[in-house]
Amino acid sequence: MQAFSQVEAVAAPLARANIDTDQIVPALYLQKPRSDNFGHYLFHDVRHDALGQRRPDFVLNAAAYAGARILVAGHNFGCGSSREHAVWALHDGGFRAVIAPSFGDIFQANALKNGLLPVRLPEPVVEELLAALLAAPGTQLRVDLEALVVTGPHGRTEPFAIDPFARHCLLEGLDEIDYTLTQRARIEEFERHHAPQ
Amino acid sequence: MSLAPAPLTLFDKIWKPHVVMQRDDGQSLLYVDRHLVQDGSAPAFEMLRQRGLGVRRSDLAFATPDHYVPTGSRVLADIADAEKRAMAQALQDDSAAAGIRFFGLDDERQGIVHVVGPEQGLSLPGAVIVCGDSHTATHGALGALAFGIGASEVAHVLATQTLWQRKPRTLRVVIDGRLPEGVSAKDIILGVIAKVGAAGGTGHVVEYAGEAIRALSMEGRMTVCNMSIEAGARAGLVAPDDTTFEWLAGRPHAPHGAAWDTALARWRGLPGDEGAVFDKEVRLNADDIAPMVTWGNSPEDALPITGRVPDPADAPSAERRDALQRTLAYMGLEPGQSLTALSVDRVFIGSCTNGRIEDLRSAAAVARGRRVADGVEAWVVPGSGLVKRQAEAEGLDAVFRAAGFQWRHAGCSMCLGTNGDQVAAGQRCASTSNRNFVGRQGPGSRTHLMSPAMAAAAAVTGRLADVRALPSAS
Repeated sequence: MQAFSQVEAVAAPLARANIDTDQIVPALYLQKPRSDNFGHYLFHDVRHDALGQRRPDFVLNAAAYAGARILVAGHNFGCGSSREHAVWALHDGGFRAVIAPSFGDIFQANALKNGLLPVRLPEPVVEELLAALLAAPGTQLRVDLEALVVTGPHGRTEPFAIDPFARHCLLEGLDEIDYTLTQRARIEEFERHHAPQ
Repeated sequence: MSLAPAPLTLFDKIWKPHVVMQRDDGQSLLYVDRHLVQDGSAPAFEMLRQRGLGVRRSDLAFATPDHYVPTGSRVLADIADAEKRAMAQALQDDSAAAGIRFFGLDDERQGIVHVVGPEQGLSLPGAVIVCGDSHTATHGALGALAFGIGASEVAHVLATQTLWQRKPRTLRVVIDGRLPEGVSAKDIILGVIAKVGAAGGTGHVVEYAGEAIRALSMEGRMTVCNMSIEAGARAGLVAPDDTTFEWLAGRPHAPHGAAWDTALARWRGLPGDEGAVFDKEVRLNADDIAPMVTWGNSPEDALPITGRVPDPADAPSAERRDALQRTLAYMGLEPGQSLTALSVDRVFIGSCTNGRIEDLRSAAAVARGRRVADGVEAWVVPGSGLVKRQAEAEGLDAVFRAAGFQWRHAGCSMCLGTNGDQVAAGQRCASTSNRNFVGRQGPGSRTHLMSPAMAAAAAVTGRLADVRALPSAS
């Protein structure tokens, strides 16, 4: 896995709640191989109109966010389907961190395994961030996983928490399967006593 | 001070015996008893190949294609898109290479993996069950801890038969009272989601309890647990009881003979202890639940069929008003419009939520002696080949066909349209599936979620309709 320690970049504000993984990547693209650039499918149907033209009113289509690597969104981001493609689409689309008040459980697990950092901040803080980003498009944020701090406009800092094991894996770029295989003896020992239900 | 051990929940009783090891940081390595695999799994098998790893316990895995299979025939070549066809083919090849049991299109036992698992007795009380699909929560109806995982976690389970998990919190949803006539399990779960919200169960495992849950059939319990993820909860459970055991007895992969007796004794100890504590509790009264339909693009946007489309002018905040306006524009709705005024173009009866035999019986009871309204295209897609066979033995296919419904083969079909079964842009669909997201049934599709009886009522009236108020069939 690609290691993550910090990112300082333009943040795009997506002031919507309950953004489901069907919106992040529509089912139409789930059969594509991982070698594809899933960034092309990111928010495809929200980003384009029925004729395939980019909608001027969708935030990621604005020139100010062309280089955005941080996404700030409303609560329950990534709810719905377990498709890991949603994480691949954000990752391939250049994003390294998503800041929201809450995340879908499966999305969050998927993100952590692909070097995409889900950052949970309190809802009022996210609302302030969204307002600041909308007021000044192109504003940069800094997300520091080492220090567990988001630095916003005017140097304001917000601490965040994350599962320590996930943080360790991200900082080291550790592959979970490789790690678990080092525990193979304990799995074998467990299997000797456990009758599968 | 009492020396008695702390009372345990059903969830505690499943979790504990599956912990292989625990890290100091609170992560547990959880053993997986049953891994269900469907045809979206090609990326996970590819991850294993890239690492040069094999499948650790192919005997605990089971595969059937559902997302990409055609429902107009049993011929894979009928899927026109080569990449989609390749997904279903890949599952067959990967299963064969790994030695995983596989039910293909030529096998009557093929179907939606969440219908097939319980049907075959592969999903058992007290088990930890995972699958690379968020509706794995379905299997919790049998008293199993069952949850959906992403491709990386599927690869992890294939390679190690385990998963790293942090113990989730628990939420008890108690449904007291008795369901009124014309109200079903689907209405219960839509009512629950409307109450707690699409994120109300995030980070939690839900245990459904109470008189109305006890009174549900196994299939009704599966419908309820299935949509736990729509309330944000990765897993939903119902304590196993005689309903569960009677339903399981004699199923092909359930224990038989002396092994059944041993298992039964163990399963009877699974229900939570008196006084077990949950992190959160929500109560609803079944008597107050009416037939529900969704109007918006989140399953939490559910109302009784007697309701009206919300007015953005009443929204509590500017952000909520914007969101409502966006939803109403996408769904083609007017503020304050009566839900029963909405005409439908398509009807979809099926999916892992409502594709079982009782669902088809309930829809057929409404369709019997009636006709699908002019201009409406209505589909019935059984959840498995065996559900289809049972329905045909009962003559339900004839009822549906006589009414003008299409009678199709088993698969996920129009729930998400990965196989090409889609709702066209701008079309309104009454659907028994689980998600009304933007574009879920196809780009520009407008989905209203409801029970099988309500979907059948929509088919025969041509609009969203209260099944309790249908005029008598001719």
